[in-house]
Parts: sequence; C-alpha cells; structure tokens
Amino acid sequence: MLAYTIRRLGQSLFVLAVMSLIVFLGVYAIGDPIELLVNPQADAVERARAATALGLDRPILEQYWTFLQQASRGHLGTSFVYNVPAVQLILEKLPATFELALAAMVIAITFGIPLGLYAGLHPDSLAGRAIMAISIVGFSLPTFWVGLVLIMVFAVQLGILPPNGRGETVSLLGIPVSFLTVDGLKHLALPAFNLALLKLSLLIRLTRASTREAILQDYIKFARAKGLAPRRVIGVHLLKNILIPIVTVIGLELGSVIAFAIITESIFAWPGTGKLLIDSINQLDRPVIVAYLLVIVTIFITINFLVDLLYSVLDPRVRLGGAAAA
Amino acid sequence: MAPESDSSWKRLAAEFAESRLAMLGLMLLTVVVTLALLAPWVSPQNPYDLGQIDIMDSKLAPGEASASGKTYWLGTDDQGRDMVSGIFYGLRISLMVGVTSTIFAVAIGLAMGLAAAYFGGWVDTVIMRIVDIQLSFPAILIALVLLAVLGQGVGKIIFALVTVQWAYYARTVRSSALVERQKEYIEAAKVLALSQPRIVFRHLLPNCLPPLIVVATVQVAHAISLEAALSFLGVGLPITEPSLGLLISNGFQYLLSGKYWISFYPGLALLVTIMAINLVADQLRDILNPRLRK
Amino acid sequence: MTAPLLEVEGLRMHFFTKAGVVKAVDDVSFRLERGKILGLVGESGSGKSMTGYSILGLVDPPGRIVSGRIALNGTELTTLEAAEWRRLRGNRIAMIFQDPMMTLNPVLRIDTQMVESVLAHAKVSRQSALARCREALTKVGIASPDERLESYPHQFSGGMRQRVAIAIALLNKPDLIIADEPTTALDVTIQGQILSEMQALCRESGTGLIWITHDLSVIAGLADHVCVMYAGRIVESGTVDEVLDHPMHPYTKGLLASVPGANEPGRPLAQIPGMTPSLLALGEGCAFRERCANAQPDCTVAPLATIPAPGRTLRCLHPTA
Repeated sequence: MLAYTIRRLGQSLFVLAVMSLIVFLGVYAIGDPIELLVNPQADAVERARAATALGLDRPILEQYWTFLQQASRGHLGTSFVYNVPAVQLILEKLPATFELALAAMVIAITFGIPLGLYAGLHPDSLAGRAIMAISIVGFSLPTFWVGLVLIMVFAVQLGILPPNGRGETVSLLGIPVSFLTVDGLKHLALPAFNLALLKLSLLIRLTRASTREAILQDYIKFARAKGLAPRRVIGVHLLKNILIPIVTVIGLELGSVIAFAIITESIFAWPGTGKLLIDSINQLDRPVIVAYLLVIVTIFITINFLVDLLYSVLDPRVRLGGAAAA
Repeated sequence: MAPESDSSWKRLAAEFAESRLAMLGLMLLTVVVTLALLAPWVSPQNPYDLGQIDIMDSKLAPGEASASGKTYWLGTDDQGRDMVSGIFYGLRISLMVGVTSTIFAVAIGLAMGLAAAYFGGWVDTVIMRIVDIQLSFPAILIALVLLAVLGQGVGKIIFALVTVQWAYYARTVRSSALVERQKEYIEAAKVLALSQPRIVFRHLLPNCLPPLIVVATVQVAHAISLEAALSFLGVGLPITEPSLGLLISNGFQYLLSGKYWISFYPGLALLVTIMAINLVADQLRDILNPRLRK
Repeated sequence: MTAPLLEVEGLRMHFFTKAGVVKAVDDVSFRLERGKILGLVGESGSGKSMTGYSILGLVDPPGRIVSGRIALNGTELTTLEAAEWRRLRGNRIAMIFQDPMMTLNPVLRIDTQMVESVLAHAKVSRQSALARCREALTKVGIASPDERLESYPHQFSGGMRQRVAIAIALLNKPDLIIADEPTTALDVTIQGQILSEMQALCRESGTGLIWITHDLSVIAGLADHVCVMYAGRIVESGTVDEVLDHPMHPYTKGLLASVPGANEPGRPLAQIPGMTPSLLALGEGCAFRERCANAQPDCTVAPLATIPAPGRTLRCLHPTA
C-alpha cells in the first residue's frame, strides 16, 4: 500500500514536471516571451530592461530552472490588466469556481445515482426508459445552450432567479462562500444546475450500465438464495460493488467539471477562474493565462492522485492484497 | 479473418432498424446533413451577402413580416439577417468543421494506435504515456489554450479539435489491435514475425473498426459541440465563418431583453444535430458490442 | 406414512425467449427423504441446475415454472408469495453454488455475509449471530474462525471459500440443502474431503441433500439415490447401487463407460457419439435417439416415465439389458 502510494506520487510529480516543461516551452520558446510577459504598451527601453530582468539572454536550461524556481514560489508574472501578481488573481477567484463545481457535483450525485440505479433495475419499465431518454437528451445538450434556456425561462420569463453574478458571501474558515445565504443560493441555483446536467446524465448512464452488469453476477443470486430482503440485496450487495468504480469516476470528473465551469461562468458572469481565463484571453493578459494553466494542471494532477489513492482504499482486493491462506 | 460479406451488412442494418429511436435519429441526421449541404440553394436568402439584407428588418420576431412584406419564419438577428438562412449556413460550417476534424483525428489516432500495438516496446510506452497525459485533461481546456496561443481561423480550430481528439482513437484502436494480436499468436505461433506486416494489417485493421466506428460517431457530436462552445466563448471560428456557436453567442446579448430567438433557434438546430448523432451512435454501439449480443 | 422431505412431481420449467421456448425442465419427478442424499447427474444443459433453482424459486424471467408440484414437508412451493419464499430461502432450504469466488461478495467481509444470513431469519443479537457463525465455521473444519470472519473472500483459497459457503448454508439448520456442483472448481483432494464432510453432516442432522453434478464418480461414493438427467428430462433413477451396477438407459450406460477408471489402460476412452442437442431444436421423440445405439423407429415418440422395478424409473422404450 505504501509502495503503491509512493509510486503514484512519483508518477504525479513526473507528469507535473512534464507539464511545466510544456508550458515553459510554449511561453518561452515558441511564443515571443517578451510579447507574452511584458505589457504590450511598454516601449523599447522597458522591453530591453524586462528582457534582462527575465533572464531571456541566458541559455534555455538556465531559464527553465529559473522558471521552475519562480513557479514554485508562486511568481508567475503580473497581470497586465489588473497589475497584481497573476497567481494572486487566480487564487482569489478559485473559491468561487470550487463552490460552483462542488455544487454541481452534489446535484449530479444526489440525483444521478438513484435514477441510474432504478433504470438499471427496471430497464424495460416506462420510468426506466424515460430516465434513459432524459439522460441521452441531457448528454447531448450543449452546456451553453442549456444555460441560455435556463436564463430565458427562469430569469426572463418567470423572473424568479437572477440571471448572473454570485450572491452574498459569508466567510467559512476564511474562505468566502455563498451557499450559506439565501441570496447566494438563488444565484448559485441556475449555474450549478447548468454545470450539473452533463455529469448527471453521465452518472445515470454509468450507474445504469454498472447495475445491469452487476445484477447478473453470482453473488447477487447467492444473496437472494440466502433469503435476504431485496432492500439489502440491492442496497448493500449491489451498491457496494458498483460504488467503487463510480466513486472513482466521480473523482476524475471533478477535474472535468472545473474545466466546463469555464463556459458556465462565462454565461452566468460567475466571478470564478473560468471567467477570468476567458477575459484574459480576450484581453491578451498572458501572464494570467500562464498562471491559470499551471494552477489548473497542479489541481488536476492532485485530484487524479487522490482518486487513485481512494480507489485503492475502497477496494478491499487492492487494499489487502491477495493473501490466499490455505 | 475474411472481410464481412454482404449478408452481415444487411443483418447489421436490420438490427439497427430495430430501434425506432435510432431510426428517428438517422432520419433527423439525414435532414440536417441535406440542409447543410444544400444551404446555398435552400436558404431563403444568403445572410452574408450584404446586398440581400436590410438593417431595417433587424430583430423581428419569428413569423413577423417586415416592412417590405417578407415573412421571416424564425425572425431576424440584429443585422437584419434571416435566422433560417443563418441556421442553414451555420449547420454547414459546424458540420464541416466537426466531420473534418474527426476524420483527421481518426487517421492520426488509427496510425498511432496501430503503431503502438504493432511495435510494442518503447514505441508503445511513449505513445501511450502521451495519450494518458493528454486524456487526463479535459478537451475544452486544451483546445482553449491552443487557440489562445494560435488565434482564430478555420484551420486553427480544426487543428485544435484534432489535437484534442486523436488520443481517444489511439487508445481505442490500440486495445482492439492488442486483443487481435494475442489471438494470432496463439493460433499461429511461428508467423506474425515482423516479416509479414501486410497480413498483420489485414487482420488487425478490420477488428479495430467496429469500436472505432462507434467512437468516431459519438466524437463527431463532441467535436461539433466543442467547436460551438469555443466559438461561443469567442475563441473559435471568426465572424467570417459563422458556425452555430457564433450565432448563439451573437444573440446572447439580446436574451435579457426578451429577443430570445436569435440565440434559441441556432441552439435548437445544434441540439437536434447532436442528439441525432448520439441516437445513431448508441444503437451502433449496442449492435456492434459483442458482450451484449446474446 | 409421513410426507417425504421433498416431493417434486411433474415439474416443468420453460424459458420463453425470442428464439423460441426452451424446455429447461421437462416433467421432472422425484422424492427425497430426511437425511438422505440424492444425486442429480447430467451434462451441462441437461436441466439439473435449473431444477435446483426451481426448487428454490430463483427462476428469473424469461423463465418460469409452467406446471408441476414441489412440496417441502407437505407445503406446496410453487404457489408461494415472494415474502414467503424469502422466509424459506437460506432458512429451510439452502443452496451452495459452484464457484465460491463469485458467490461470495468480494467487497464485503465474511462476518457481514454470514451474520446477515442469520439476522434475516431470526431476531437475535449480533453477538449471538456471530457466535452461531463461529460455530458453523468450526463445524466445516475452519480453524481460527475469528480471524476468518474479519477477512475478505479473496484472502482465502478455493477450498476455504467453499467451506465458508457450506457453513453459510448450515447456519440456520435447513431441512434441505441443494448443492450445485460445489466441488467442480476445486482440486481433487479437497473435493474428497468436502464430500465426506457433507455426507457426515447430513447424516448427523437429518438434513436432506441434493447434489447436482456431471461427475458420476462423485455420486458413487456419496449419494443414496440418483436421477440421471438428459435434455431436461429424467431418463433414469433409482438407488445408486442399482443404477450404477445395472444401468438400463443407454445414456446412463454410456456415461458409466466413459468414466476414465472404467476403461482398460492404453485403450482409447469410450465416448458417447454426437453432442448434446440444443434445447431449442429438440423436436418430438426421445431426445437421446440421435446418439443412441439402441434407437429404433418407434423412438420418435417421446417415451413416458415407467417403473420397470420398485424404486426405479426409466424413460426408454428400448433399454439395454
């Protein structure tokens, strides 16, 4: 178990190193680093000064090393637009994005797994087929179009939910969160549902498929042969088996949700890192783009690593190894 | 393994037709593709010919008639362009970008996957490591960053879409190829040395095709959806090549004032296209999946 | 005369598939007394496992029991409600399956899987349930039961797992145990051990045992009675000694002859020519006639079950001498 953890940690660090190299090469070697990191309004003298300051006259390996050092200390350039360190900008907006992403996952899990379970147990029933149909629709709907429709219906026509922005925040452990206020919840509702829809459909389909496969297994037949109540057969025997792969998928999808939040944040003007990224792209605020990349990559790799660990903990076959005693 | 005979194609077609939903999907898809291909000839107007549009007709609601007596069935946008025409042209571009990028991605993925399975060793390791790393990041992120660096343009978008998609095909092809390769080794232990690549390709390739077809079909929908999202965000196709995503983005600003049709109908067209593709792909997956065949 | 422990009469269980009707169990009848062991022998597809499932009420759609009676201690089973079935299963009738790796849930601990079986049928404390489990594990020859209880199935060997399955079957002191090829997946030495242990357990507690297998040699050392099944029908039955020493049905004879021990060393193994017919394409007449050396033109009419001697049944128009 320990060996496995260390191996995965090593792999993660390797990927992180590779990604940092790719970002570095992309910024320094392919693009013109001056263009990327220096304010486009700077004049020739400032550029020269910046070039030396950034060490652009040094050999590339040295530059990479400096880059890594700076990156690990969190110095990834200053935003052209806001004139504050790029990393700081990103970290400021991160709680909003996390809140949105987590709210979306909670919705997806709370509804996705039970619905998928039902559809898997009663695949030919009217409800079962309806659930599948809805999941296909949910899967196909482009996120941003759903967002539009949601705004159209709930904000414009019915006028019961606000169309954009984040609500009131309160501080929870020093981090501003908005789901603890009613106003916050009202603002959170539409974007969270919008973001959740795709994952909801995915979870329904995944749970249904896993259920359909698992119900054919011998251990289910054996559980029934023991005379156990159906509630226990499904709720304990079946569920515990299918939850292991489902939980890992959920963990991995969390990263994807954070990425998709970019679209949702743009539509609903939710002040998170996604919106920041889009604005930065449109405003050519390149240091922020670079900083965003590195922060997101780190988050991703961390999530993947944690999910791997989680899987090995949950599955007793992996956790305890195959010690077959006679 | 002999190439599939006519009767198995017919059988597959018959099985496909068993699902009414899938047939509905196929029908919708045919309609969409036809409209897209024939857009210049079936559209009421060419919305990008400045001579044909009238700014006085702008922002008319669906079904409203203009001052000059023309009825716009789905309304007009802020420039006075007919929505119906805009949607047909938009479909054309969206489909073109989606299908082209998929074709290229399939080609590259196929080559890479076969190479990885066939050569094995470090070639396999390197290719699969790249695939793994790429697949652990969401497509939209990679595409977004690529386009931020490269800028706008049809070629660049296709490039970004191909970059994002090839890895998935490579992985799918490699698994199928590996399974087939194992079988051959058991059957004919002496053959299959590197001296007979042609036989290998004739055996490996046909077995990789069924899962590949299913994946590619679904991915076309993803590619179209992704392009739409990117265009919506403003980093996708430029205004000169207005795909459905751009139309939706265009109309977004008018949503809050109640002029929903500028965004809604292009979105609906996009939705129908994607759903049709998914319905067809779902049925394909069911009939081509050996594990579900009883 | 007291009612036998189990009485099956005219049982028919069919699968209604898109490709046609599969008569998995076709007019099966037998009896089992308390403390006796019945062997149900046949190839795969002969309907022996399906008979077992039918007795337990575990037949899923598209299969269902079409006609016939199954009486346990006089109680008719085919008309039971779902809740009444659940009270019987694991309680008065227990089943042991073939592959213990797949029948024990890999992600649940052994104690969970045993205790739930007790608690499903009796309102006792978890402590006393655990005590019962420990007792059962010891009875099947598992040392240090406490350690085993806290383990997971994958941590045991095949033989161990099957002992656990047997222990689970014994937990609630059932009247009848149905064992579906329980030793097929195990190696021969373990097989021998488990066979004699099961035999002893049944004699001791008066539990009836139906042992389903394709292996005649297993039945020889274990059972009191035997029913030979082919294509869903019982073609011959009687006491083990009678059937094995004086087989009447050509199929039984063929089975006996093909056991490796029955052949002279160095000579090719005797085989029954042909293959088991697909249950979808049985047609009229005796199901065995395509492969039978004794087949005559009148075998195109399905033979009824006859009683050629007391305690024996036979479904053949032209039995071997």
